[in-house]
Amino acid sequence: MNTFAELIIVFIILIDLALAVTGSLSSCIKLVALQGVVAGILPLLAMHGSPHFRAVAFAAVIIALKGAVFPWLMMRARDRSGARKDVEPLISYPASILLCLGAFIASSWLGSRLPLPETGVAWIVPASLATIFTGFLLITTRTKAITQVLGYLVIENGIYIFGLALFVEQPMMVELAILLDVFVAVFVMGIAIFHISREFDHIDTAELSELSDWRRGEDGR
Amino acid sequence: MEIVKPLVQLLAALLLAPLLPGVINRVKAFFAGRRGQPLLQLYYDLAKLLRKTPVYSRTTTWVFKAGPAIGLAALAAALLVMPFAGRPSALSFDGDFVYLIYLLGLARFCAVLAALDTGSAFEGMGASREMQFAVFSEPGFFLGLAALAAVTGQRSLGGMFGVLTGDSWRVAAPVLALLTASFFIALLAENSRVPADDPNTHLELTMIHEAMILDHSGPDLAYILYGAALKLWLFGSLIASMVLPSHSGAWARDAAMFLLVMLGVAAAVGVTESVMARLRLTKVPYMLITAFAFSALALIFQMGR
Amino acid sequence: MITRALLLVPLVAGTLAFLLRSDAARRALLVWTARLHFLLTALVTYLHLGPGSDPGEPGWFAFDNLGLLFLGVTSLLFLGASHYAVRYLELEKRDPGEEADGGFIFNNAPEAVFTGCLLLFLAAMTAVTASRHLGMLWAAVEATTLLSAPLIYFHRTRRSLEATWKYLLICSVGIALALMGNLFLGAAGLKTGAGLELEGLLAKAAVLDQPLLKAAFLFLFVGYGTKMGLSPFHTWLPDAHSEAPAVVSALLSGALLNCAFLGILRVSGICAAAGLAGFTGGILTLFGLLSLVTAALFMVGQRDYKRMLAYSSIEHMGIMALGAGLGGGAVFGALLAALSHSLTKAGLFFTSGLVLAAEKTKRISEVKGLWRRAPRTAALWLAGFFLITGTPPSGVFLAKFIILKEALEQRHYALAAAFLLSLAILFAGMARYFISMTFGEREGKSGEKPYVEEPAMLLPAAAFFVCVILAGLYLPGWLGSLLAGAALNAGGKL
Repeated sequence: MNTFAELIIVFIILIDLALAVTGSLSSCIKLVALQGVVAGILPLLAMHGSPHFRAVAFAAVIIALKGAVFPWLMMRARDRSGARKDVEPLISYPASILLCLGAFIASSWLGSRLPLPETGVAWIVPASLATIFTGFLLITTRTKAITQVLGYLVIENGIYIFGLALFVEQPMMVELAILLDVFVAVFVMGIAIFHISREFDHIDTAELSELSDWRRGEDGR
Repeated sequence: MEIVKPLVQLLAALLLAPLLPGVINRVKAFFAGRRGQPLLQLYYDLAKLLRKTPVYSRTTTWVFKAGPAIGLAALAAALLVMPFAGRPSALSFDGDFVYLIYLLGLARFCAVLAALDTGSAFEGMGASREMQFAVFSEPGFFLGLAALAAVTGQRSLGGMFGVLTGDSWRVAAPVLALLTASFFIALLAENSRVPADDPNTHLELTMIHEAMILDHSGPDLAYILYGAALKLWLFGSLIASMVLPSHSGAWARDAAMFLLVMLGVAAAVGVTESVMARLRLTKVPYMLITAFAFSALALIFQMGR
Repeated sequence: MITRALLLVPLVAGTLAFLLRSDAARRALLVWTARLHFLLTALVTYLHLGPGSDPGEPGWFAFDNLGLLFLGVTSLLFLGASHYAVRYLELEKRDPGEEADGGFIFNNAPEAVFTGCLLLFLAAMTAVTASRHLGMLWAAVEATTLLSAPLIYFHRTRRSLEATWKYLLICSVGIALALMGNLFLGAAGLKTGAGLELEGLLAKAAVLDQPLLKAAFLFLFVGYGTKMGLSPFHTWLPDAHSEAPAVVSALLSGALLNCAFLGILRVSGICAAAGLAGFTGGILTLFGLLSLVTAALFMVGQRDYKRMLAYSSIEHMGIMALGAGLGGGAVFGALLAALSHSLTKAGLFFTSGLVLAAEKTKRISEVKGLWRRAPRTAALWLAGFFLITGTPPSGVFLAKFIILKEALEQRHYALAAAFLLSLAILFAGMARYFISMTFGEREGKSGEKPYVEEPAMLLPAAAFFVCVILAGLYLPGWLGSLLAGAALNAGGKL
């Protein structure tokens, strides 16, 4: 069973790489959703013995949220904002993928250095760290507001996988509260994107630069 | 008897190689709803070309004539180290995968030199593109073979595929899957198949490999076409050995299974070509970098195991 | 029971605010919820400090001294803010909004959204102060971010939208890192079964896995530090604080930053119990000083007075982090700084709203001779300046003095010098703006209609300022013991 879990981990890393090279916004959204679903399946596989009801129900909630609700919200935000269909990166795709690969190498080094408890599933810690890094990559090198939200979701996926790796058992209430927060965050950000597109006629965050202490020009008079 | 077997394998490879492009073409024709060329079309073409007298432009030198012959020789020599159905190959020594890569490089180098020797603008353009993609594809391929060496703990190709069994897949499935994917991309790129290049294109501006060989004719062209078939066989057998690592022990059965899988690989190439559009020229390096990333990931996985 | 009521009252009221149709009813709801919340807070404080009664309800939500201190500050601020907000909303309804420096008309967000989010925001902050489980604390802090974002975007202008977006994204990502820290913390106690509840962690602090605990602290520090506005994670703060309506800025600066500080104090308390006080103290001191210096550098050459106040908040966050980092008696100073900064800064932000209403601009250079146009506002503005820069007698002065004393006692002379130098730059920088705004020569504004100063909007600021002055003169016994107990909770000594 662990080999299967390892395959899933590899799959997650491949999705990271794919996110780094994908140029189309909608496939980016789908990839993030796919990653969320795959990450949601993971705990059921890594578990020993028969899964109990609570874990299955929780996994189902996560899969439904990440696999259906979030992509739906994102797609809606994309359609309403009338954004161009590509992600418009600030750096070239090869640079993105090399950065992602470098991040994975760094994460595996870090994963071997961290005095973490034994995980049973190989590569789960580096994979989660690399996923978090990919999220940061999406946030910092893509200009669209939507891709920044996607980056946030990828970071969240990474942290979720990291939590699985560490076996940190949080009470159900806390897990649900965290999930609710993430849901509301995506929801609120979706609304904000809608407002941004209406106010500015674009959702390019590189253009959101009216407020700054560094720009002296027009505001200083 | 054991001495004869590798030679028989080599002979089989040399004889059967031109079958693969035929299979690919039939698969593509099936997807396009056509009947397509005969399966043995390449054999007929080769026979026809070999009978013809080559035409040489006055501007060309001996380099142009030597190119195809050396290229074919290099590829045939590369085939020597390639195992067949997990059996020991005709030639095997430690680090022979480096030898394989250098021979492939030599073949490419000769083709490029011959193309440049014509002084034609199109051939120069094709040569430049060929080299540009090679720059991206070779590191990935090399890294992939190195990762395979790390997985199996063997340093010769024969050894690597000799110890690759179903158990290796059970233990190191992610690594092997990544490597297979990487090799498949390398196959497509190195053999000018569809996402990277279009073997059927008729517009010089869009050609890569085909542009390089525009001026060759007669037996020279036959050498190049045959060499291309050998190269396809080489990469195909690499992938076939990856995905079919079972050894029943009976030579004939292994060989038959292997040939079946080779046909499967050719069919897979045909399907890929049918369902994918050719990538824009500037996007091809992305695909090759992806292959590099796969190989690199596989290597990292293996190192940290 | 009371704890539960404290959480539920604003939660229910917030939900109700979305449903109510009438503006008047909603405003009344806001004020009465604030009053009820304050009463309950007073009650729970009384019960906690009262003789012979500190059972502490077991569970995820309960109050210790530290939580109670921050709850008190939050509740008091909200009480003032609710009275201010009601009048503010009435005025906003009467006059159509006009972009302060752009000159175009904009809409406001629906009042139901504003009031509802304000009340839910209070609920989330209450949950932060009451959380005994670090996972719950995280969830509550993230909830405060999400609930305050619509508040910043009350004036629907491009600038506030930009500020909201930056705030949402930077804080959400920052807090995601804090979640990572929580996981590390859980892993640190995995072998000993410490869990993520404060009691368990504190009891088993000595046997926690130290490298993992350090990693946990780093992540939590970066996460909550982003929310707290410590440099270099502060970039969202001046934008959000300058673009939000005054009442929201006051709550963000006075209450929300404290909540993030509470998160850091919780984990540094655990680290101190585990014997890592040197490690956490070093980091807190470093980033505290960095924030102080950053604030001082950016204070020179500010053009926008609300941004100026925002940088002053960064300064005080730096001072608080510095105090917490120095440990010992300075923790008491840091908590006193939190208390007095909250009240002073909230008062200043309230006043800045009045200045904006009177002058219709946020540019410092365009406000001159405020005392002629709005004398009482000008008086408050100037008083706030003296209080926030730590002129005695005030709680701010006392807090800075305690922290400086501790730094000297620990022989951190360079640190003390840098601290004093930054304070001097800040004082000089702010003095220039405040004095030119209050007294400068008023020119070419003869024909403007008189500005009516609303007593309901002046009063909260005045009351807060009086409290701060009183705290500087005399700390009541109960407050002193509350602060001392809170300092103990945060890993300090007396």
